[in-house]
Amino acid sequence: MEEKELELLELLETNGRLEVATIATMINLSVEETKQMIDKLENEYAILGYSAVINWSNVLEYEGVTAMIDVKVTPVRGAGFDKIAERIYRYPEVKAVYLMSGAYDLSVSVEGKTMIEISRFVSDKLSTLDTVISTTTHFVLKKYKHDGVIFDEEDDDKRILVSP
Amino acid sequence: MSPSTKNSYLSKTVANLEPSGIRRFFDLASTMDNVISLGVGEPDFVTPWNIIEASYHSLERGYTAYTANAGMLELREEISNYLKYNYLVEYNPLNQVIVTVGASQAIDLALRAIVNPGEEVIVIDPGFVSYAPAVTLAGGTPVAINTKSEDEFKLQPQQIEEAITEKTKAIIICSPNNPTGSVLTKDELNRIATVIEKHDLIVLSDEIYAELTYDEEFTSFAAITKMKERTVLISGFSKAFAMTGWRLGYATGPVEIIEAMIKIHQYTMMSAPTMAQHGALEALKNGKKSVLDMKTSYRQRRNFVVNTLNEIGLSCHQPGGAFYVFPSIKSTGLSSEEFAEQLLKTERVAVVPGSVFGATGEGYIRCSYAASLKQLDEAMKRIKSFIDQL
Ligand SMILES: Cc1ncc(COP(=O)(O)O)c(C=O)c1O
Repeated sequence: MEEKELELLELLETNGRLEVATIATMINLSVEETKQMIDKLENEYAILGYSAVINWSNVLEYEGVTAMIDVKVTPVRGAGFDKIAERIYRYPEVKAVYLMSGAYDLSVSVEGKTMIEISRFVSDKLSTLDTVISTTTHFVLKKYKHDGVIFDEEDDDKRILVSP
Repeated sequence: MSPSTKNSYLSKTVANLEPSGIRRFFDLASTMDNVISLGVGEPDFVTPWNIIEASYHSLERGYTAYTANAGMLELREEISNYLKYNYLVEYNPLNQVIVTVGASQAIDLALRAIVNPGEEVIVIDPGFVSYAPAVTLAGGTPVAINTKSEDEFKLQPQQIEEAITEKTKAIIICSPNNPTGSVLTKDELNRIATVIEKHDLIVLSDEIYAELTYDEEFTSFAAITKMKERTVLISGFSKAFAMTGWRLGYATGPVEIIEAMIKIHQYTMMSAPTMAQHGALEALKNGKKSVLDMKTSYRQRRNFVVNTLNEIGLSCHQPGGAFYVFPSIKSTGLSSEEFAEQLLKTERVAVVPGSVFGATGEGYIRCSYAASLKQLDEAMKRIKSFIDQL
C-alpha cells in the first residue's frame, strides 16, 4: 500500500489533472480504492493542493518580477527561526521561504509587478524587522526550469513513425 | 558484364530475402499528417542526461579514436559486473565479452560465428523481424516455431522437440519478447534447457528487454544450470537506457564463440562507436535510477493500455515485459494488415500488423506503449471509434 501511495503522489505531482479512473488503472487499484487513497492523503496534508505550472513569460499581458533574497537573522530564544520565518512568509507576495545551511539563514522568494515594488518590500518590510541583520536581493532574469519542469522544452517526438 | 547479360547483379541470397513488412508500413504512415504512432519499437524517453553529458565530455577530452576491437576494457569490465550483479552470470571481460554496434550486430556476429551452410537455426514466431533474415544471411536455414496465443505466445519445450532435425545447430530465444511482451519464467526456462541440453544446441538468448520486466524478477537463460557454456547472451543499451540511436550492444558467452565473433568484428567493423562506449560506461555506473523511473512509467502505461484495449473489445493478455501489447483483432474479421492500414487511414493511428513478425502474428497487432499517456489516451479513443464503425 505504501508503495502505491508513493506512486500515486508522484503521478499527481507531475500531472494534477489525471483522472481518478486513469490513475486507478495505472497503479492497479479500483476507482473506489484510489479515491479513498487520495482523500486520505489530503486529510493527512500530504497533498496540499493542485496547481498548474505556468510559464508567465508566455502570457503576453503579464508583467512580473521575481527576486530571491538571502536573509541573515538573529534567532529568537525559544522559537529559533520559526517565528521570524512566519513573520516573513505571511506576506502574500512571498512565494517561498526556506531555512538554509551555510552563509545566510533564510532564503525568501518574492514576486512583484515591478522591481520597485520588490525593492520597497525589502527596504520597508523585510529589513526593518528587528531580527533581520542583512539582506541580499537577487533578481531573476530568466526561468529555465521550475519545479522539475523545463520551460522551453521542445516536446516533438524525434523517433521515426514505425520501427521494428 | 552488364545487367543485360545477367538478370541482376545481386546475390541470390539477398535478392530472395523478403522485404521487411515494417518498412512498407513505415512508408505508408510517413505520407500522413497528425498520426499518433504506437508503431515505434523504441523508448519514448530521451537518453538520461548524465549519459549524454559523459559522452560529450569524452569528445571534449579527445576520445575520438578507435577502441580495442572487443570494446574498451573498462566498459567490458563494467558489463561483466553488471551481469554478475543483476543476473548472477559471470563472464571474463578479457575474452568473454564483446561490445557491438547494437544487439543487432551481436545477433549477426553470433550467427556468422556458428552457422555452417545448410545448418538450421530455430526462431520463434511471432518474433523479432531480424532473426530469420540474419540466419539466412549467415548461410543457415531459419526454422520457425509457431507459439500459441493460449500459451501467451511462450515457447513450449515440446515444440522444440518437434522442430529439431539432425541439421539443427542453434535456437534464438527472446524473453521478454518483441512483439508479444511475453516473459519466460525460471521454471519455463528450466524445462526448455532440458531439451536444449538433450540435443546439444547452442542458444542465442536475446535479453535486450531484461530490465523491462514488470511482474516477476527476470531470469537470464545463461543463469540456468549448465546453460552458460552453450549460451550467447545478447543485450544492449537501446531499450533499458533509451539509447537506440547510439547503436551500442554486447554479447557474452563461451570463449570460443566470443573470440570468433571478435575475429569477424575486427575485419568487418573494427570497433563500436567510441563516444557511445563512453556514454554506455556512465549508463552502467550511474544509470540505475533512470532505468527504474522509466520502468515504473512503462508499467503504469502498460496497465492502462491493456485495460483499455480489453474494454474496447480487443482482447489481450497482460504481457510481463518489454513495451508492447499484442491484442487479437480476429473479432473484427479483418486481416492484421487490413486492420492496421484502415486504422491508419481512417483514424491516423499507426500500429504494426502482427503478420510482419511471422505467420503466427496474423490476427494480431503490435501496439507499443512507449508513448506519452496523453497520446495513448487519444490513440485508445481513436481505436475505439474505429472499431465502433466497423
Ligand atoms: C528483440 C530485439 N532484439 C534486438 C533489437 C535490436 O536492438 P539494437 O538497437 O541494440 O540493435 C531489438 C530492437 O527493436 C529487439 O526488439
